[in-house]
Amino acid sequence: MTNIVVLPLILPIITGILLVFLRHQLVLQRIIAVVTMAIVSIISVIMLHQVYTSGIIYLDFSGWAPPFGILFVADSFASLLVVTSSIVTTCILLYATTTIEPKREKMFFYTFVLLMVAGVNGSFLTGDIFNLFVCFEVMLLASYALITLGGEKLQLRESLKYVLINVVASWIFLVALAYLYGTLGTLNMAHIAQRVAEAGQDPLLTTISLVFLVVFALKAGLLLYQWLPTAYSVPPTAIATLFAALLTKVGIYALIRTFTLMFPYEPSVTHRIIGIMAIITVVGGCLGALAAKDIRTIAVYNVVIGVGFILIGLATNTEQGLQGAIYYLMHDMVAKALLFLIIGTMIALTSESHIDKMSGLIRNYPLFGWLFFIVMCALAGIPPLSGFIGKVLIGQGAIASSSYVLLIIGFGSTIIVLYSLLRIFLSCFFGETIIPTGDETPMNKVNMAAMLLLAGCIISLGFGAELVAPYVKDAAAVLMNPDIYIKAILANGGV
Amino acid sequence: METVMLVVVGILVMVATYLILSRQVLKVILGTAILSHAAHVLILTLGGLKKGNVPLIDDSDGPYTDALPQALILTAIVISFAVTAFVLVLAFRTYRMNGTDDFEALRGNIDD
Repeated sequence: MTNIVVLPLILPIITGILLVFLRHQLVLQRIIAVVTMAIVSIISVIMLHQVYTSGIIYLDFSGWAPPFGILFVADSFASLLVVTSSIVTTCILLYATTTIEPKREKMFFYTFVLLMVAGVNGSFLTGDIFNLFVCFEVMLLASYALITLGGEKLQLRESLKYVLINVVASWIFLVALAYLYGTLGTLNMAHIAQRVAEAGQDPLLTTISLVFLVVFALKAGLLLYQWLPTAYSVPPTAIATLFAALLTKVGIYALIRTFTLMFPYEPSVTHRIIGIMAIITVVGGCLGALAAKDIRTIAVYNVVIGVGFILIGLATNTEQGLQGAIYYLMHDMVAKALLFLIIGTMIALTSESHIDKMSGLIRNYPLFGWLFFIVMCALAGIPPLSGFIGKVLIGQGAIASSSYVLLIIGFGSTIIVLYSLLRIFLSCFFGETIIPTGDETPMNKVNMAAMLLLAGCIISLGFGAELVAPYVKDAAAVLMNPDIYIKAILANGGV
Repeated sequence: METVMLVVVGILVMVATYLILSRQVLKVILGTAILSHAAHVLILTLGGLKKGNVPLIDDSDGPYTDALPQALILTAIVISFAVTAFVLVLAFRTYRMNGTDDFEALRGNIDD
């Protein structure tokens, strides 16, 4: 029992509310928002270490012992994701301070970002499935506000669709919760896992788990990703980056948690379906990335490919596969954030988004060009950058479970990712310069710092793989042995 | 009683589906509102309809009714209320900016 578990949720909320009262002090708002997220990052690192040294930590709210109350649980998997999401948000906020227009900043931009991060961190940490629904809604409502902020014509048109799709998805989530409560009579995740393990996962429970699969697949963009490309293209760069880095990843987290902790006993049904969905997602994402001419759309389809690839790790249902999925999930959050920031900056610098209308940027902005090169190599999984180790482990998992189709599709997608990004690199960064040297708008130093920080994370996640390895191994071990999680929560009680 | 309630849920979902599939933005929003009511009734029904007394130790001596479904529904109602309010404002702004409330006319992809 320790209060540190709730801090990644409560600190952003408190600061977010505080910022409402500082509406017109923009400089103060920027400083407070960035500093808060930096503090949350530090706290989450401490929490991660604490989990590693002393096992799963949890907090029962108001002292209601599980399974009766709502509780927050931090295991290594959740803590790793909280660490990554907090660090990524800090960098994106840094970028946002100079790129978001004052009219959006005055309409509580920072408040909404902080509330969304609170929802994201809450979703990672909660140990109660109804509370997961609530945290999802906190995150989604903040994202609705962020996607519509500014109220441009195109933005409103696309966000209406985004909001309605998510409203229907939330409804399916509620229906799934109703069936789950009607069948098992509990909402505590550890308690659900225990009851499913005791009673056996009969066809009824498997069906309920598939309803959850539909919900989380829609949120993660697994197979049901058709809403994603337009929704992620309309908002300003910083907001689109936040969405690409965090929102789909919460869906992936929920999928991994559901099918390793609560419903892991029918892999021939559930994991096979996830595998098929992942394959279609990867193939669809690859086709989209190849067909697109708009660099933003290419980046968005790369998000889709990433989602499919991570869930291949889950579909293999092996410890290596899950280790790979965790590594790759962390890598994907950082790398996609950097990719979106770079693409957004390119569009801002040239006022073009068509791939053929830009060229020669590397002469104007050499460091910026090589940053793109780094993120391209990382996403393609070239060692020693961060994507490599995740890809290798997912591949090992696929071989260990002899799912060769998953293996081939997964690694085939790597080539497409490399090709689609190489296309941007060659056509936009090399070739004739469109901006005469000396005439270019100077690169903003704060923006550059934000991107360099993310690039630093990619490089250190690659080189420091040994350092992160024990935490990832611990996370995957807990996922593969749900008993550890159940015992940690229900040790003192359990009905 | 449970059967009747489930039929009610079915009818609500039917009506909501019809509304959501229509082209007018306002009807779609009303559809989502009805859809959420269907979910609330479903939670209540699946949680078990009234089986015992009020769950207050001083006022009755059991067996008690499970109070959790009501708590869940209360939370869900608050959320769906907030979301519906938001979507209504959003729909109004979209109508003002785009000059139409027809989903056919709101089509199109990002490139045009």
